[in-house]
Amino acid sequence: MKLVLDSPSIDRAVTRMAHEILEKNKGTQDLCLMGIQTRGVILAQRLKTQIQRIAKVEVPTGILDINLYRDDLTRVAEQPVIHKTEINFDLANKIVVLVDDVLYTGRTIRAALDALTDFGRPKRIEVAILIDRGHRELPIRADFVGKNIPTNEDEIVHVRFTETDGKEEVTVDQK
Amino acid sequence: MTETSWTRKDLLALEDLSKEEIELILKTAESFKEVSAREVKKVPALRGKSIANLFFEASTRTRTSFEVAAKRLSADTINFSSSGSSTSKGESLSDTAKNIEAMQVDTIVMRHSSSGSAEYLSKVVKAGVINAGDGIHEHPTQGLLDIFTIKEKKKNITGLKVCLIGDILHSRVARSNIWGLTKLGAKVTVCGPPTLIPRGIEKLGVSVEYDVDKAIKDQDVLNILRIQLERQAGAFFPSIREYAAEYGISVDRMKKAKSDVIIMHPGPINRGVELAAEVADGANSVILEQVTNGIAVRMAVLFLTTMVER
Amino acid sequence: MKILIKNGHVVDPKNNIDQPMDVLIEDQKIKKVAKSISDKADKEIDAKGKIVCPGLIDLHVHFRQPGYEYKETVETGLRAAVKGGFTGVCPMPNTNPISDRRSDMEFLVGEAKRLNLVRVWPVGAVTLKQEGKELTEFGELKKGGAVALSDDGRPITDSNILRRALEYSKKFDLVIMVHCQDEGLFCGGCMNEGFISTKLGLPGIPVEAESVEVARDIQLADLTGGRLHFCHISSKKSLDLIRHAKANGSRVTAETCPHYFHLTDESILHYNTYAKMNPPLRTAEDVKAIKEALSDGTIDTIATDHAPHSENEKSVEFDKAPFGIIGLETSLALSLGMVEEKVLSLNDLVRKMSLVPAEILKIDRGHLSEGAWADVTVFDPKTEWTVEKDKFESKSKNSPFLGWKMKGRATEVICEGRIVLKEGQIEC
Repeated sequence: MKLVLDSPSIDRAVTRMAHEILEKNKGTQDLCLMGIQTRGVILAQRLKTQIQRIAKVEVPTGILDINLYRDDLTRVAEQPVIHKTEINFDLANKIVVLVDDVLYTGRTIRAALDALTDFGRPKRIEVAILIDRGHRELPIRADFVGKNIPTNEDEIVHVRFTETDGKEEVTVDQK
Repeated sequence: MTETSWTRKDLLALEDLSKEEIELILKTAESFKEVSAREVKKVPALRGKSIANLFFEASTRTRTSFEVAAKRLSADTINFSSSGSSTSKGESLSDTAKNIEAMQVDTIVMRHSSSGSAEYLSKVVKAGVINAGDGIHEHPTQGLLDIFTIKEKKKNITGLKVCLIGDILHSRVARSNIWGLTKLGAKVTVCGPPTLIPRGIEKLGVSVEYDVDKAIKDQDVLNILRIQLERQAGAFFPSIREYAAEYGISVDRMKKAKSDVIIMHPGPINRGVELAAEVADGANSVILEQVTNGIAVRMAVLFLTTMVER
Repeated sequence: MKILIKNGHVVDPKNNIDQPMDVLIEDQKIKKVAKSISDKADKEIDAKGKIVCPGLIDLHVHFRQPGYEYKETVETGLRAAVKGGFTGVCPMPNTNPISDRRSDMEFLVGEAKRLNLVRVWPVGAVTLKQEGKELTEFGELKKGGAVALSDDGRPITDSNILRRALEYSKKFDLVIMVHCQDEGLFCGGCMNEGFISTKLGLPGIPVEAESVEVARDIQLADLTGGRLHFCHISSKKSLDLIRHAKANGSRVTAETCPHYFHLTDESILHYNTYAKMNPPLRTAEDVKAIKEALSDGTIDTIATDHAPHSENEKSVEFDKAPFGIIGLETSLALSLGMVEEKVLSLNDLVRKMSLVPAEILKIDRGHLSEGAWADVTVFDPKTEWTVEKDKFESKSKNSPFLGWKMKGRATEVICEGRIVLKEGQIEC
C-alpha cells in the first residue's frame, strides 16, 4: 500500500480545483456541478463549499448515477446497485462540471455524458477529477485534476472519504 | 451492512422472496421513479434485451405498465395475447413459451388464468419469467407496488395496520400483499364476506374480520379489492347491491376510519360497488400514485431479473 | 408340470399359516403346502428369506383400453401388474367407449387370455355410458366376465338409481363399487381444500365432498341389502362413518390406496401434477386416521387406483392436468411400509391385498388351500430399490413416488401354475 494523498493534501487539491473552475469559467455564471455516485457526489459537495467560500455563490449541484448507462452493464459479475439521480435544475445552456474521484479508462465519464444528454442540452461539459491515473480507453481528458498519479494496470487506486470510509486518504494498492 | 445481491432470473411470488430482497426491489424502484419524471424518460440499461409480454387473460393496465417499464429501460418488447394466438388453436403453454423463447427472448412477462402457471413456465424455459398474475395465486408486482406506495406515504412498514377488503378467496393481489407486508412486519387484516375468505388464511399470519365497520377502525391503509363480477357465479353473496351496502367503502363509512388513512385499489374500480366515487377521488386516495409507482417497481423488477445470467 | 417353492416363509391368512414352509404346485393347482417337501419338481424356486403368499389382487385399476391406448393398454397394464406382484386385477369401465356391455367384458378377458400374463377380472359400468341414468345389463355383464360394477370416476348422483342398482345387483351377487363425491361440494376443485389450497390459490375440494356421499351410500346399502364397496377412501370423516356403519352391521367394504397413507396435500406444493388425483391427498390428520382404519379393519383392502396419464397430459398447468397416478409397481413396497411401521402385521397385509379382495369379488382366490388355483406371489421384503421413471413397465410414468427409496419387491409371480415373473424379470 502506498499513500499518495493524506487528508491535508486532499483539502489543498480541492481548494485549488475550485479556484481553477472559477478561473476557467470566469466566475459562477451558468455554472453547475454534477457529482457521479458515490464518491463524486462527496467531492462535488466539497467543491461547492469551496466555491461558495471564494465566490460567495451557491452553485446548483446535482447527483448522477451512471450505472444504467454503463457499456459493460450486462457483463459485470456482480449486479450494480442502482442509486438515486437527483437533478433539481434545468441543464439547458449550463456549464456542467462532472465530478468524480478517479479517472481511469474514461468509460464512467462516457456514460455520464450519455446520461446528461437525456436530461437536457448543456452549453458545455467539463470534467473535474481528484486522481487521474492514466490508461484511457476512450478519447476523454479531465479539465481539472487534483493529482496525476502514474500507475500500473495491476494496481488499484483507493479514494477514501470520511463520509463513506471513515478516513481521508488516497492510496495505491496491488490488486 | 452488506448489500443484498439479486440472483433470481424469475419473479414468481412474494412468498419466495426474503425481506431483504423485497427491500432491494423497493430501493431500486425509488431510483427508477426519477427516470419517469425526466424530460427524456428513458435509460439505456436494457438496450438490446428483448422482453415478451405473454398475456393469456385480458389486461390493459398491467400489460401497458410492463410495456412502458420495459421501454423506459430501452428493452425491445414483444406482445402476445391469447386471442388470435396459437393457444386458441390448442397449443400447450409449454409449446407457446418455447416458441417465444426460440426467438431469443430474455424475459417473459406472463399473465395466465391457472394458479402456478408462472412457476411451471419457469421450469420449462431458460428465459426469465415474471409473474404478472397467475390465477388466484399471486400478482407479485402489484404487491410490490402497493408496498412501495404505502412506504412512500407512511415511511415505515413495521407495525403498520393494513386491511385488505373484499374477495380474498379469488384475489392474487391479496395473497401477494399478505406475503410481502407480513415479511416487512405490517399487521394485516383481511375483511370480506365469510364466503370469500379462504380456509386457513389465518395461518398466513393475518387476522380475519367479517364486519367492515369494525375492521376499518385504527387502520393505516385500506386496500380495497375489486369485486370480480365474473367470479361470483358460485353464490358467494346474493347481490351487488347487498355487497355494496355491507362492504362498500362509502363516504359515511370513511368517517369511521382514521383521518390519515390511505385508500388503495388495484383497479379497475367498480365505482359505487366496492368503493364510492367520492372516496376513490378523495384526499385519502392514492390510487393514481399506485399506477405511477407501478412503472417504477416493474422497471426495477425487469432490470434486476433481466441482468441475471441465463 | 410341477413347481416347488422351497425354503420360503408362507403367509396364508385363510389357512392360518405364517411360518417357513414349502409349496408344491402341480398342473395349475396347489398340490401341497408343508414343511420340507422333497418331491421331484420340473422347476424349483428357492425362496430363502422371502415371503410366499397367495397371489395379490388389485380390485381397482384403469387400463385405458379401448380408447386411450396412448396412456396404457391391457398389455402394458398387465406387465405393470406382474412386476408389482399381482396375479389378478380389476380394470374399471371408464374407457372410451365406456365398458358397459357384455362384449366389452369379453374383450378384456380375451385380451388377458391372449397375453397369457395374469388374470383380468373386469368391472362393468353400473349405468349406461356411466351417465347415471339407466342401468346396464348386469346379467349380461356377469356372463361376459364382470366381477363387480362401478361408475368409478363419476359419482352416481341420483340416489334412486344407486338404490335400484344395489337392489338389482342382489340377484347376481355383484358388488357395487362407488366413487363418493358430492358434485355440488366438489365444485370444480382440483386439490384438498385447506391451508395449502389457499396458499397455492387452487380451487379446493372439501373432505365433505367425499363424506357426505359416504353417509348417503351407507343409508342406501342398509335400505337395499345390496353389497356396496367404497373406492379409494381418503379422509378421517369418511372412515368414522364407515366404522360406525360396520359396527351397526351394514354390508359395506372399503378400500384405500398407498398414496393416502403416505402423502399429504403438501406434496402438491410447487404445483406437482404427479400428486394430483381424485379424491385428493388430504392432511396429516387424515393419514393418521387411515393408518388407524387399516389397523382396526375399517379399511378392508388396499387397491392402487392405478390411473395412467401421458407425460403430455400431466406436464401442464396444475388445474388443467387430469386426476390420477399410477400405482401397480409401487403398491407392495409402500404397503410393506405399513408393516415396518407396525400399522399392519404381515398377515394382515396379505389378507388385505389378496384374500379380502377375492372375497369382495366372490372369486375363489386368495388362499393356498390344496386344490386351489395356483396363484402365488413371492416377494423379498428386504430388497431395497429406487423408483425410476424409465424402469416402469406401465406406459405412463405419473408417479409421485419417483426417486423414493423403497423396500420390498416381488421376485416371483405364478398365475394358474405359470411362472410369469422370475427373479424379478417378466417371463414371456
